[in-house]
Amino acid sequence: MAGTKPRVAIVGAGPAGAFAADRLLSRHGNVEIDLFERLPTPWGLLRGGVAPDHQEIKRLDETFDRETLGRGCRFLGNVEVGVDISHAEVMRHYSAAIYATGAQTDKSLGIPGEELPGSWAATEFVAWYNGHPDYRGLEFDLSSRRAVVIGNGNVAADVTRMLTLSPEALERTDVADHALAALRDSRIEEVVVLGRRGPAQAAFTSAELRELGRLDGVDLLVDSEEVQLDSLSQAWLSEEGTFTARKNVELLSDFAGGKRTPGARRRIVLRFLRSPVEIGGADRVESIVVARNRLVRTEDGAIRPRPVEGDPETIACGLVLRSVGYQAVPLPEVPFDEQSYVLPNDRGRVIGPDGRPLAGVYTVGWIKRGPTGILGTNKRDAEETVACLAEDLAAGAVPVPPNPDRAQIDALLAERCPNLVSGDGWRAIDAAEVVRGRNERRPRVKLASREDLLAAAGLGRSA
Amino acid sequence: MTYVITGSCIKDDSCIEVCPVDCIHPIPGDPDFETAEQLYIDPAVCIDCDACVEACPVDAIFADFEIPEKHSYALGLNAEFFADEGTAQRTAERTAA
Repeated sequence: MAGTKPRVAIVGAGPAGAFAADRLLSRHGNVEIDLFERLPTPWGLLRGGVAPDHQEIKRLDETFDRETLGRGCRFLGNVEVGVDISHAEVMRHYSAAIYATGAQTDKSLGIPGEELPGSWAATEFVAWYNGHPDYRGLEFDLSSRRAVVIGNGNVAADVTRMLTLSPEALERTDVADHALAALRDSRIEEVVVLGRRGPAQAAFTSAELRELGRLDGVDLLVDSEEVQLDSLSQAWLSEEGTFTARKNVELLSDFAGGKRTPGARRRIVLRFLRSPVEIGGADRVESIVVARNRLVRTEDGAIRPRPVEGDPETIACGLVLRSVGYQAVPLPEVPFDEQSYVLPNDRGRVIGPDGRPLAGVYTVGWIKRGPTGILGTNKRDAEETVACLAEDLAAGAVPVPPNPDRAQIDALLAERCPNLVSGDGWRAIDAAEVVRGRNERRPRVKLASREDLLAAAGLGRSA
Repeated sequence: MTYVITGSCIKDDSCIEVCPVDCIHPIPGDPDFETAEQLYIDPAVCIDCDACVEACPVDAIFADFEIPEKHSYALGLNAEFFADEGTAQRTAERTAA
């Protein structure tokens, strides 16, 4: 294969895949990259996760577009590796594959009643309001007066804002039309947010916490007693606490003791040291039972919640959104670490069952390191993986595949994926959404069904 | 004046790479880098050159006289990060090393 560039497949066009393509082109320009994505649209959680009222962050799509598709990387959308083409087929056509498939499911609470209608993973609500085509058909019942959000991270903060923002504020965003219609008619007046641990351990960023206290027409209520730090947290905060943890505690003390404002549309109630123990209801969610915790330092040094004796509290509600973490799912034919829910890897080189790197197989992002960090974390993560790949390419440690020509993979894809969305197809979708948005003075109006997305990309309804 | 980073920061380091006076912290490798929710500009060191604003992919950086109202807290917050005991200690350790 002298004289030709090695070809690399990146599987998953989310932020990790996009940063991997960007870093690979920057650090090792002499490659051709195909960016596989199972949806017709690229950029993963930037489009389908980041909250619609955080449009400034979504602007990162311009950088992704410029640094990947704009530099010759091909987008191969609406192609699912593991379904439409197998891992073995990918390896027969590319010198290397980088898996960037993220963490697609959520962790469950493991409590009775979790399966009742009205109890959802917050990630399902997020995918629904962001117009993910696989979630548009979900029906969230917003007719009760109270919703309960379980978790103290930024997804919990996002869904809490989305449940409390005014229709006027939502109308300025790219929230999916079906969600906008449902949220406009929402009768929810109160959102209770439950944290297992105390204010010092809340995983919110201080920016998101501050934002919850500044929503138009929404009161933020925090019980003064619940934000009092126990001695363990006080010591932790002054000795090892992060700047963010200190800011969070400050903010929560400021919020505490706030009174309800007459005429407020809605309110957010932050509760701490509370664990859900059961979701109640005859044939749908009617209440949630929560128990009180205290904090203990365990042998490994972590501060963890332990239940306190006493009567649990029952909170009437019609909607429960759990947000206690993402989890990756295994990929067919690729090793998976069932304990850590990641691809077993050494700095991004996927490790085979014999403990040695699998030649040509790499990983990046949440499926590599677990669901931690923020968008930019993926850039450094991608640096690490790409450095390994570049080193292996230079050392000749990456196999030459039997079918290395672009025409060969294109022929296979033409046969398997008649509705493949190319970079041009995505640009057509993007332009159509932006034009629709312009008429309504919105950043874009998303096409939220596969049919509409494919039609905008100029593709037929079926093969 | 100084430039100020707001809560939209995604910590992608683009600003750190272009800052001519290394006034943006924490930097990758610092003990508090992974736990930091955003990056901060040291107002005592910033020379108002605008390079970080150009580099930021999410427009999270503003001149102190142009900060949007919803991010008005950010001016104090950036300064406070450098006054914070943990930050001061880390800076001292790095200088000593």
